Amino acid sequence: MINEPIPKSELPATGGGFLSFATLVNVLASATKTNEKLDALTHYFSYAEDHDKVWVIALFSGRRPKRIVSSSLLSLWCCGLANLPLWLYEESYHTVGDLAETIALLLPEKNEQAIQPQSLSYFLEQFVQLEKAADETKKSFITHCWMQMNRDERFVFNKLLTGGFRIGVSQKMMVNALAKTVKANPSVIAHRISGKWDPSTTAFEELLNEHASAADASKPYPFYLAYALDEEPASLGDTKDWQAEWKWDGIRGQIIKRNNELFVWSRGEELITEKFPEYFPLKELLPDGIVIDGEILAYRHTAAAANGFHGAVLPFAILQTRIGRKNISRKQLSGAPVAFFAYDLIEYNYEDQRKRPLSERRLLLEDIVAVVNNAGLQLSPVISFNNWNELKSLRETSRALNAEGVMLKRKASAYQVGRKVGDWWKWKIDPLTIDAVMVYAQKGHGRRSNLYTDYTFAVKDDDKLVTFTKAYSGLTDKEFAQVDAFVKRNSIEKFGPVRTVKPELVFEIAFEGIAASNRHKSGVALRFPRILRWRHDKKADEINTLSDLKKLLEVYGK
Amino acid sequence: MEPLILFTNKGLYCSAGNFYIDPWKPVANAVITHAHSDHAKPGHEKYLCHRFTKPLLQARLGPNYYQSVEWNETVFINGVKISLHPAGHIIGSSQIRLEYNDEVWVVSGDYKTADDGLSTAFEPVRCHVFITESTFGLPIYKWQPQEEIYNNVRKWILENKQQNKTSVLIAYSLGKAQRLLKALEPLNETVYLHGAIWNMHQAVLSAGFTLPAVERITPETGKEKWKGAIVIAPPGADGSPWMKRFDPCETGVCSGWMQVRGNARRRNTDAGFALSDHADWEGLLTAVKATGALKVFVTHGFQSAFSRYLNETGIESAEVKTEYGNDEEEPPGLAPEQSEQIKEEHGL
Repeated sequence: MINEPIPKSELPATGGGFLSFATLVNVLASATKTNEKLDALTHYFSYAEDHDKVWVIALFSGRRPKRIVSSSLLSLWCCGLANLPLWLYEESYHTVGDLAETIALLLPEKNEQAIQPQSLSYFLEQFVQLEKAADETKKSFITHCWMQMNRDERFVFNKLLTGGFRIGVSQKMMVNALAKTVKANPSVIAHRISGKWDPSTTAFEELLNEHASAADASKPYPFYLAYALDEEPASLGDTKDWQAEWKWDGIRGQIIKRNNELFVWSRGEELITEKFPEYFPLKELLPDGIVIDGEILAYRHTAAAANGFHGAVLPFAILQTRIGRKNISRKQLSGAPVAFFAYDLIEYNYEDQRKRPLSERRLLLEDIVAVVNNAGLQLSPVISFNNWNELKSLRETSRALNAEGVMLKRKASAYQVGRKVGDWWKWKIDPLTIDAVMVYAQKGHGRRSNLYTDYTFAVKDDDKLVTFTKAYSGLTDKEFAQVDAFVKRNSIEKFGPVRTVKPELVFEIAFEGIAASNRHKSGVALRFPRILRWRHDKKADEINTLSDLKKLLEVYGK
Repeated sequence: MEPLILFTNKGLYCSAGNFYIDPWKPVANAVITHAHSDHAKPGHEKYLCHRFTKPLLQARLGPNYYQSVEWNETVFINGVKISLHPAGHIIGSSQIRLEYNDEVWVVSGDYKTADDGLSTAFEPVRCHVFITESTFGLPIYKWQPQEEIYNNVRKWILENKQQNKTSVLIAYSLGKAQRLLKALEPLNETVYLHGAIWNMHQAVLSAGFTLPAVERITPETGKEKWKGAIVIAPPGADGSPWMKRFDPCETGVCSGWMQVRGNARRRNTDAGFALSDHADWEGLLTAVKATGALKVFVTHGFQSAFSRYLNETGIESAEVKTEYGNDEEEPPGLAPEQSEQIKEEHGL
């Protein structure tokens, strides 16, 4: 049974293999407290085989092997083994809300004896080897594996196959557990496991060895992240202690130049150097042994200076046209030009600068950017203000600059690791909102399994309703239950997993940005749409109209 | 010719006999499959049920006109021949067999095909038309043998006890709670019951059943008793302030819905045991086939999927909307309060 707890006394003392990894994942998935998860991971790191540990570090830090097989093939093979029609598989999938679990539940009992218990690394390295194999070869391997496994093992095996490994374990938690096991500082561990390394060929000792890891010139630093400021900024004290900057809406990144090579990392720890030719000149222009923290932004350079820099930051939607593309055409380069807005200096002259106060790092950064003098590298300007009220009104102009609000950084702050309270704050502007009616509903995933929680919303256009966005978050569990009950009582038609619903429930939808889109019926695409609140006080004929939406597009969508 | 049973807005109606089976609106004559509140509603003039069900109805609905029968005992109402047959769902739960003009219909009520040792084992009844539930009518619902689940529950309790934690099992007060008591007997421990479960416990005792000794939890029960103890509480108590007294405790929800991880996570329970009083996918299929029915109506649960599957395997089938269960496909746990009780009865 999948959710049953595994008594801690039953965890093996040493070694483990795949079964003990499956056990770990089950403990992690069913644990309700962070400490339980941390303990389970620490325990695993204390007894698992070194090579499996390397793979666990890789898995929980976003270094999965490439996906070798599509969901639809896995579904087909499962239907074949379970002797089920595909539609019944799909009904099951929409109820379970998780592909790996659906397959684990549907497959018949295991009927093959494993020749010997396999390790986690065995399976993952098989995946790597099978990457270019024929589908038949993959099918034979995967179905044999399935038929040698129990339900828990299958679930974990399928999770490895399908890539999605969201079981409430962050990279930070994994790093903390690892730090505890090897008795080291978590920030040291975080740094050592960052960068480019291949789990197939990296030994555990090597990965955690200071000298070996220092040799990797591409290695970025863990990002320092800010918390949202919920109170008035006056609570932060004297304005003189604080540096204000715009909170840009792009991709957080690090530019590194070491050994005369240039590396660009995204916050998702993805090496994206090749995607941005705009940064190539920096390889020549930057001094060697340097790491700069900043934001990758769509940006058009002009001669005139305004707001502390030349040119204009473009909406995120423009940057989006550059993401996910390996080969950039000339047209894209001119249509969606990109710059790096520098926030901070993390390494200089091959020396870690993080312990120095921000004010000193900033001065050095300003000098460097000035000397580089290239459109691809901009300084994220400091906003000058004399009192909190002044900053508050400046913040209201964020949207016109395509910023999301204001960042507040303590001038004396060190550059810390991860999300820390106290020195860095993000103070975002209120989102744009629109009142809309729910028209379609679909069952959710994960803890929303078998519950209608994914909704599509519409605005009015004369006597018609026009859908314009989906939103999945923003309601409490109790509200979701009420909407779920409404959907079940008021569904009109069923199209596969989607139900059309009587247009009656009104919600206020919040979003961060709006852009024109010809892929959407409404002609607009929203950025970060979510449900702000359920408008029990409004009827369906009191919602906003398509022309309201178009007005927002005119004001904010340029 | 009019079908023997009509699906009306008050419930399943036999016009030849002028009575209803498990009606959800007040009627004159009601035949009741079992004592769960979505099947046994208050307000009918006359109730016909199994002998074991009667004290349970009295406990829940108060004094009414109740007529009780034995299993396989024949009664006639307006010329329609009626008999009750074990459904294996909870104590007293029955399938209703109707015979008229050489045609036989069976209404399953809720059922499970595994014998839990308390509810009297499910009896397949041959018929022309079968009306079946489908609470767990998807192939993802495949129960483990109950002894394995009981073992896991007991292991979990011992593990908690070692850490001086209270084990709070969340189980529906009628059916699941008594089943658990039997499963916990080998541990030889006092089991503490929430008031709602205690009340049902008394009703089951008055139906003539023997159950292990228990202790009722009252505001006066001393705190020192909870260390490592076993408690059974209904779903409504889960997450309520009433639970605070057991800290430190671990909760274990016993319900078929726990088969899927997401449901357990949503309940924020420490452990989930997929122990159900309903038939799983294979159980439903076996039961349907054993009736030999030419036509099968599918009620509450995954009725559209189960009915479509039956049609594709050559058994003529149609789905029927009833007010049993809460509503189609709804697992418990996030229920609007007003249907909380019904919900508990269905999933838990």
